[in-house]
Amino acid sequence: MSEWWTYRPSSFLLFSARTYYRLFELYNAEIWPWQVLALLVGVAILVLLRKPGTWQGRTISALLAASWLWVAWAYLYSRYASINWMATYFAAAFALEALLLIVLGVGHGLVWRPPAAWISRAGIGLATFAVALQPLIGPLVGRSWSQVEVFAVAPDPTVVGTLGVLVLASGWPKWLLLPIPILWCLVSGATAWVMQSPDAALMPAAAALVIVAGGGSVLSRMAPARDASGTPALD
Amino acid sequence: MDEIIKAPPLSRRRLLGALVATGAAAAVGPRISAAQPDAIITRPIPSTDEKLPAVGLGSWITFNVGYDDVARASCAEVMRDFFEAGGRLIDSSPMYGSSQATIGYGLYTLGKPPALFSADKVWTSPGSRGPPQIEVSRKQWNVPRFDLLQVHNLLAWKEHLPTLFAMKASGQLRYVGITTSEGRRHRDFEQIMRTQPLDFVQVSYNVLDREAEARILPLAQERGMAVIINRPFRQGALIDRVARHPLPSWAGEIGCVSWAQLLLKFIIAHPAVTCAIPATTRPAHARENVGAARGPLPDKVMRQRIESLVEQL
Ligand SMILES: NC(=O)c1ccc[n+]([C@@H]2O[C@H](COP(=O)([O-])OP(=O)(O)OC[C@H]3O[C@@H](n4cnc5c(N)ncnc54)[C@H](OP(=O)(O)O)[C@@H]3O)[C@@H](O)[C@H]2O)c1
Repeated sequence: MSEWWTYRPSSFLLFSARTYYRLFELYNAEIWPWQVLALLVGVAILVLLRKPGTWQGRTISALLAASWLWVAWAYLYSRYASINWMATYFAAAFALEALLLIVLGVGHGLVWRPPAAWISRAGIGLATFAVALQPLIGPLVGRSWSQVEVFAVAPDPTVVGTLGVLVLASGWPKWLLLPIPILWCLVSGATAWVMQSPDAALMPAAAALVIVAGGGSVLSRMAPARDASGTPALD
Repeated sequence: MDEIIKAPPLSRRRLLGALVATGAAAAVGPRISAAQPDAIITRPIPSTDEKLPAVGLGSWITFNVGYDDVARASCAEVMRDFFEAGGRLIDSSPMYGSSQATIGYGLYTLGKPPALFSADKVWTSPGSRGPPQIEVSRKQWNVPRFDLLQVHNLLAWKEHLPTLFAMKASGQLRYVGITTSEGRRHRDFEQIMRTQPLDFVQVSYNVLDREAEARILPLAQERGMAVIINRPFRQGALIDRVARHPLPSWAGEIGCVSWAQLLLKFIIAHPAVTCAIPATTRPAHARENVGAARGPLPDKVMRQRIESLVEQL
C-alpha cells in the first residue's frame, strides 16, 4: 500500500457500528438455539480446567478447536466476510488456530503447570470471564440482548476463553498457540475503537494480561526458588 | 460550462431561500411548496458533452450492510429518494464490502431506473485479476455494462488502464477514470492525467481540504476531464464540525436550507467540478444533497466567505 502513513485506522473501517452489531443479531437469530450448546461447551471447559490432567487437557483442546473452527466458518467466513473482505483472512487464521489446537493440544498435549498462584488465578479468571461475563458486556454498555456475543459462537469471548486456558498451560506448544489469539485481540480492539464502542479497551486489556502472565511465567521459571509455592495442584 | 438557470437578483425563490434560512419560512410554508423548483444543475462530461447532475451518491460504509434485508430496504429507499430528487450518478467499488450488491438490490427493487449513471471501480492487483473482478461487480450491480470504471486509488493502474480502454473501444464501457482521496499520490495522479486519455478523475475536495484546487482541478479543465469529488463532508466530520452553529442567514441567498447544502454548493460551484458524491444512510439527506444542485451557486466572493466561516468554526 503506497503512502500507508497517510491512512488512519478509520480508513480501514468498511462498515458502521450499527451494521457490525446487527450482524451478531442476525447471526444469533439464525443459529438459535445452538448458543445453549455453546454455553455448555464453555461450562465443560471450566469444569475440566479445575483438574486438567492429560485427558482433560486433550478434551479442552478439542472443544476449543471445534469452537475456533465453528467461529471461522459460521461467523467470520459466512457472515462477517459479507461486510469486511479481510474477514476471509481472519477466518483462515481462526482455522489455522483450530488446526494448531488439534495438533499441539490434542495430539502433542499441553502441560498444565502454572508457575505461580496469581498466574493460575489470571488464567481461570479470564476463562470464566469469557464464558460467564463477557457476553453481558454488550448489553451493559447499551447494546441489545439480541446482539449478545457468546463463547464458541462469537470470536471475542472464544479468543479470551482460549487465552485463559493458555495462561494455565506451560511448555513450548503454548507459545505457538498464543500469537493468533493475541493478534485477534488487537484487530478486534482496533475495530471497536474506530467504531467508538465503549468496550473497545477490553480485548487489548485481555491480551495485555496474557502477555504479563506470560512474562511472569518465564521469570518464575528462571527463579525456581520463588516459584510454585502456593500454586494450586493443576497437574 | 454550467447548465444553471440563472436567477434574477431578487427572485421569489431567492427571497424564500433567505426566509427558510432565517427560520421565517414557517410563515410562508404553503407558498414554498407551491413554488416551482429550479432546474437541476448539470455539468457536461467534456469527452462527450453528456450532462450529469452536479450531485451524485457515494456508497462507502453507508451501503455496506451485508445481506440484512431490513438495512438493504432502507438503502433502496435512499436510492429511490436520490433518483426522485433528480440524481443519476452512483459510485461504488469492490473494496466497499457488500455495497455493490446492495446497489444491485436497490436497482432491482426500483425497477432499474433509466436515469442511473453507474460509476464503479477496479481495485485489485495484479492487473490480470481486473477483468474477472469487473465481471463480478457488474453482476452484483446487475447492469448490462458500467457507464464509468475507475482505477481505485491508482492500484495497478498501468495494467488496468489498457483493459478499461479496450473495454471502452469495444463498447463494453462508456467512460474511463482514476481515483484517489485525501490528497494521496497527487504527483502520480497528475502524471497519469497528463499522459492518459481519461474521461474522468475522482479526488477529495471540500471547503477545508482544497489541495486539489492548486493543480488537479485546473489540469482536469485543461485536459478536458470530468471531475468527481469524493469525501465532500470529510466522511461526516465536516458536518459534525459545523452542525452546532447556526446556518448563516446569507446561505439563503443561494437557496441553502442546511449546512450540507452550503458545503455541497461550495464544491460544485468550482468550475472544474462535474459532480460531488456524498454518501448517506438517510433518504431525507439524499434529497437534501441533490437539492444542493438546484438554484444559484456561490460566486467567488461567497465561496471565500464560506471558506473563512468554516475555518473559524
Ligand atoms: N479513493 C476513492 O475512490 C474514494 C475514497 C473515498 C470516498 N470515495 C467515494 O466518495 C463517497 C463519499 O465519501 P465518504 O462516504 O467517505 O464521505 P462523505 O460523503 O464526505 O460523508 C458521508 C457522511 O456524511 C453524512 N451526510 C450525508 N449527507 C448528509 C446531510 N445532508 N446532512 C447531514 N449529514 C449528511 C452521512 O451521514 P448520514 O448517513 O447520517 O446521512 C455520512 O456519515 C464515498 O461513499 C465513495 O463512494 C471514493
